[in-house]
Amino acid sequence: MTTQLGGPATRALPAPEKKVAPEPRDRSLASQIIKITLLGLVVAIAIWASFPLIENKAWIGLALLAATTAALLYLYLTPRHIPAKYLAPGTLLLIVFQVFPVLYTASTAFTNYGDGHRGTKQEAVVAIQTASVTQVPGSIEYALSVATTGDPATGPLVFLITDPATRAVSAGDAGGLRKLDPADVTVTSAGKVTAADGYTVLTFGQASLRSKEITALAVPVDGGAIRSSGLSRAYEGKAGRVYDAGCDCVRDTTTGKTWTADGKVGAFVGEGGDRLAQGWKVSVGFSNFTRVVTDPDISGPFLRTLVWNFVFAIGSTGGTFVLGMLVAVSLHSKRVRGRNLYRVLLVLPYAMPAFAMLLVWRDMFNKDFGLINTFFGTDVDWLGQPATARIAVLLVQLWLGYPYMFLVTTGALQAIPAELSEASRIDGAGAWQSFRRIVLPLLMVALTPLLISSFAFNFNNFNAIYLTTEGGPFAPDNPANGATDLLITYTYRLAFGGSGAQYGYAAAISIFIFLIVGTISAIAFRRTRQQEEVYA
Amino acid sequence: MRIRAAGVAGALTLALLAAGCGGKSDDKGTAATDPSAKAATGELVIWADDKRAAALKPFADKFGTENGVTVKIQAISKDQQTTFVTASQQGSGPDVMVGAHDWIGNLVQNGAIDPVQLSDQQKSGIAGNALKAVTFNGQTYGVPYATENLALIRNTDLAPDSPATIEDLVATGQKLISQKKASEILCLQVGQTGDAYHLYPLYSSAGGYLFGTTANGDYDPKDLGVGTPASVNAFKKIAALGEKGNKTLKRSITSDNSISTFTGKKCAFLVSGPWAITDVKKAGIKYDITPVPPFAGGKPAQPFLGVQTFYVAAKGKNKALAQEFVTNYVTTPDLAVALYQAEPRPPALTAAFDQVKGTDPDLAKWQEAGKNAIPLPAIPEMAAIWDPFGKAEAAVVGGADPAKTIEAAGKTISGSINK
Repeated sequence: MTTQLGGPATRALPAPEKKVAPEPRDRSLASQIIKITLLGLVVAIAIWASFPLIENKAWIGLALLAATTAALLYLYLTPRHIPAKYLAPGTLLLIVFQVFPVLYTASTAFTNYGDGHRGTKQEAVVAIQTASVTQVPGSIEYALSVATTGDPATGPLVFLITDPATRAVSAGDAGGLRKLDPADVTVTSAGKVTAADGYTVLTFGQASLRSKEITALAVPVDGGAIRSSGLSRAYEGKAGRVYDAGCDCVRDTTTGKTWTADGKVGAFVGEGGDRLAQGWKVSVGFSNFTRVVTDPDISGPFLRTLVWNFVFAIGSTGGTFVLGMLVAVSLHSKRVRGRNLYRVLLVLPYAMPAFAMLLVWRDMFNKDFGLINTFFGTDVDWLGQPATARIAVLLVQLWLGYPYMFLVTTGALQAIPAELSEASRIDGAGAWQSFRRIVLPLLMVALTPLLISSFAFNFNNFNAIYLTTEGGPFAPDNPANGATDLLITYTYRLAFGGSGAQYGYAAAISIFIFLIVGTISAIAFRRTRQQEEVYA
Repeated sequence: MRIRAAGVAGALTLALLAAGCGGKSDDKGTAATDPSAKAATGELVIWADDKRAAALKPFADKFGTENGVTVKIQAISKDQQTTFVTASQQGSGPDVMVGAHDWIGNLVQNGAIDPVQLSDQQKSGIAGNALKAVTFNGQTYGVPYATENLALIRNTDLAPDSPATIEDLVATGQKLISQKKASEILCLQVGQTGDAYHLYPLYSSAGGYLFGTTANGDYDPKDLGVGTPASVNAFKKIAALGEKGNKTLKRSITSDNSISTFTGKKCAFLVSGPWAITDVKKAGIKYDITPVPPFAGGKPAQPFLGVQTFYVAAKGKNKALAQEFVTNYVTTPDLAVALYQAEPRPPALTAAFDQVKGTDPDLAKWQEAGKNAIPLPAIPEMAAIWDPFGKAEAAVVGGADPAKTIEAAGKTISGSINK
């Protein structure tokens, strides 16, 4: 009976695109203007994007940008390549928002990118040296005026420093320090030099434009160098740690201890194995992946988490679908009065921000102050016990998700011709049989892809768990893995909870999750296609 | 037609481009890369959270006009630390960052901040424990402007006398419950995943610690106090206060409802910080602020000291100006007073503190409550503590075996520190 049913009307396919006549002369003025505006925007965006690329000397990126823009202009200014005109925007967006992030994630997975390993080795060296500059004990704190012997904007910089005790003024630059004749300088009561013969004293405004040079200027003196601290004070500082390119190591200037650069871990490592905090980003090969596979913290509770992850995804999707469908079917009957009112009321949960609702539900499940225990007079520690916590998150999911299923089922139901059910009734089928044999199979053809995507979404539904139970409750002896943890919340904790953000590790984990979800979806879609072949 | 279309598109491009460029130079003000505009002044960019950004604005403007520079304040409403680190790395970060002192370890390992050089006179004007909090590896990494610590806030209508010990507090609380004047003994947020920050005063009073200290007073990540016999004993005392004990600590009291439960007069005692006072005042509750009481015969209850700090960004474009602002301007009391008025936390500058303490009797009480406070550890390893420690707390409060739980937490923490 079912094999003869179906047809294009029951399939949720987009309407075929109207063919646009290829002759440009037939186009209306409006479409011309739209086209010109859009192409103008494309070029404008390209030029806007090229400036930072040029500034950062990203020539490959610039070449890509130029090639893409030229290709787009060619494509839309020529009457040929009609199919490509339709495909280009989607393909571009796919590359920018899907392919590129995936490739970027994959490439990050092979590095140690994360807190303490964000920049280059050069940046780490600069950070280590700057962080080690300390004031020489007992040295003088000078009042500083920044001056120049030439033009305020470009002339060579000089530090005019005043010893607060003796009020003696010296001029210092990279060549060293020399005393100035007190008769040649005007000094304020605070010790700042306001004028000096042969020098132009810079105002804060002028000096602030030459910030980099001022910060970089160190006037060498015995035992250290005089550096600026802001624009009005100078101190005698000494770098406690210096980088030595000869041994590729960092040396402590007082103790002589060295930390040698280790390109494998991206850090300076001392003899005892201790590392300097400032490291750099290096490629670590497959070690993030092997860590995922071999880490007992992951492999131990992995199976349990995976099983619950499936239960959660299937339970959320299945539960919302069954409830949504039941409501949709019962409201589909024309005998129900006030159908539209019911429909509006039912869609309400869907219209509220899930983010806020999850937090509200969390509070409603509170043992002592929550609405649920107060209302039912129970004393259940909902989120404190594994079983009830799992039921609670599934209930929240059910409430949040069924309006969506109700909506899509209502839509699909209205697309099924009523004649089909009527015909089956005439053939002697009961209401249940008619639903089971006619309506449901046709519904499933339209809804299965949505159910699969809903499953994939719920499989990684981070917010649903993180905003309600945070993965808890946790067994007393295992704070790393909780009863309602999904793979995504669990691995988030591993990658970001312990020792700061570990993006490389997180990327490796997300690739594993991607593989799991991808495999399930692929199998499911394959089965749907077979189903469509049967029913369509 | 096609050629004309191309021509029009080209012209439009130029027009859009011109508009774009115009907008750009407006945005960046005088500090744009355009050399003709460069003649004017340098620019200082400061990032702070919403509240402080608003309070900083007039002072930033003043600093700007006094010194002939442009100062821009940008409010970062969420995830300030991560945003700052990421933006710094990309070269789009600020010159000055305002944030909590316990970021220092992470900011230093990411090379995001520079040490500041303060004169001895400036250092002597800052509260000693606040200065200690911003000292990391022997360097001063920022200028503190306000401190915060937990205290016991008491509803004086329900409990006129301040409890000398936790045991006193429990006795008073139980009496109030039996008289039906309250429903909870103590409002101390625990939640399903625990809260190490709020538990710490009790944990320290019971003899526990997180990290030991090295000879020079820095925290030593190699000496982990979680999982040691001392921590087990501390958690045994905490378990006695838990849901299977006298129910002083409950997982159902969370960060969301602890203050509202107190203002709803369902508990006479609240352990919280200066941020709770606005709500308490709004609810019209008569209150007093006293130090968190210790266990009878225990060590003093030490809250954590948090210090709000101005940092000089290492990758800022105008470091000299940033240093000038942070070391010579933030250290003046006016700014600290304005920031206090934006959000009432005790100023870290002694001069500013003295200036406002007359108008706000709470300040001296907060300071008294923070007398024993220890700076929140700023070492990066602290990140490994929060989550497992909090969960161990929640489990023990829920009735789990203290020894087994805290030892497991210690194992997890040392595992992720050594990774």
